[in-house]
Amino acid sequence: MSQLNLHLKVWRQNAGQPGHFQDIEAPEIPDHASFLEMMDIVNERLIAKGEEPVAFDHDCREGICGMCSMQINGVPHGPEKATTTCQLHMRKFRTGDTIWIEPFRAKAFPVIKDLVVDRGAFDRIQQAGGFVSVRTGAPQDANALPIGKEIADAAMDAAECIGCGACVAACKNASAMLFVSAKAGQLNLLPQGKPEKDRRTLGMVRQMDKEGFGNCTNQYECEAACPKEISVRWITKLNRDYAVAAIKDALGNSPKVAGGGD
Amino acid sequence: MSAVFDSLSRFYASSIGKKILVALTGLVLIGFVLGHMIGNLLIFVGKDAINEYGHMLQTMLHGGGVWIARIGLLTAVVIHIVATISLTKANRDARQDKYGMQKAQVSSKSSHIMIWSGLTILAFIVYHLLHFTVRAGNDYATYKTTLHGETVHDVYRMVIAGFSWAPASIFYLIAMGLLCSHLSHGFSSLFQTLGISTDKTEPLFKKAGYAFAGLIFAGNAAIVLAIWLFGYGR
Repeated sequence: MSQLNLHLKVWRQNAGQPGHFQDIEAPEIPDHASFLEMMDIVNERLIAKGEEPVAFDHDCREGICGMCSMQINGVPHGPEKATTTCQLHMRKFRTGDTIWIEPFRAKAFPVIKDLVVDRGAFDRIQQAGGFVSVRTGAPQDANALPIGKEIADAAMDAAECIGCGACVAACKNASAMLFVSAKAGQLNLLPQGKPEKDRRTLGMVRQMDKEGFGNCTNQYECEAACPKEISVRWITKLNRDYAVAAIKDALGNSPKVAGGGD
Repeated sequence: MSAVFDSLSRFYASSIGKKILVALTGLVLIGFVLGHMIGNLLIFVGKDAINEYGHMLQTMLHGGGVWIARIGLLTAVVIHIVATISLTKANRDARQDKYGMQKAQVSSKSSHIMIWSGLTILAFIVYHLLHFTVRAGNDYATYKTTLHGETVHDVYRMVIAGFSWAPASIFYLIAMGLLCSHLSHGFSSLFQTLGISTDKTEPLFKKAGYAFAGLIFAGNAAIVLAIWLFGYGR
């Protein structure tokens, strides 16, 4: 096992106040530590010195909960492809490296403290249509609704989205299109989601705009940064579904848009 | 009626709605730059060819055709620009605190300067219209020639005179370079925004976009360079 001596540039900020980068030396970091374990070691040393530890988000630490974030050296979740911060290991860095550690920056993701941002905007987008309405009662027989293998697989690909917000962080416009398109697309594709397709699409896009995310400029940085490799083809589908829903909304019988009652 | 307009205004107010309008107007403008270039290349066929083409445009539908085209293009340009400026402002607003370090992994330089290439092309369009359409500050309007026994505007002589002046030629070349950059992102982008791209067609749209951007640059720059540097028609 070898050890790394690292120079960290960490964003420190309290909610509602201006933030700044703090230079923190991180010597003797074991190369088998994960990035979050490195942050734990740094924090323990800060606490031992009587200083304020760096606040960062984390939960499952196995790459599926979507809690960990951090812009590492200018890329969400760091330099490894299809890897969350918690699954990024320090052996991917060299001793002597300077590492920039910042929060996911977006107006719609206000900083709570240091590297922790409020991603509640994603929850509100989900509440505006990212669900299938089901009636309570006896469940339907599991295979009563045949779904093609290709469609089921595609829906599962979109369902891989863990809602971490790396797409927003990577986009120069802080656009949430990849998240919204994956969440709307997986349901719009399946027979269970089809009845509410138009209202879901309009409602989720409207909420996305209301939250203050930017607009997609088709640069596909989101896809490159996504730890679950969600394809930008879901954005193509959302654009198409939105156009169809908007035309029906303009010319057909008005659907009541979920979550858009104001 | 008002229910339809409410929906249309909601459509325009939405991010995707605006983008769809930008894509559709972009498609109109792509068609225009191609037609415009092909028409202009008639200058290499000869004096009569381009003068006849110019005369045909001017007299089409008893002179109404050119105005229908102008109004259509003006509408497309205005929608394209007003919507993109509004989108760009929203984009800037969405990321107020900048990163200390941010790396672009896959996006092209052209895709990052769309608003600047676009606004420079706008400035160029204004100059181009004053130069060859309004003919302000020059005597091109007095250039006349005889075609099939009819007195018509001498487009050929005007273009040769126009590009014999270095500053104009240089500005035209810069503008065409930026148009090439703008198209290299815009062409394939519009298929994504209109919901048409697939995994199989996206690489084709991308390559077609680069080819189209290169073609437009080569075709237009050829006219400028032939006259300015190689003395064609002089």
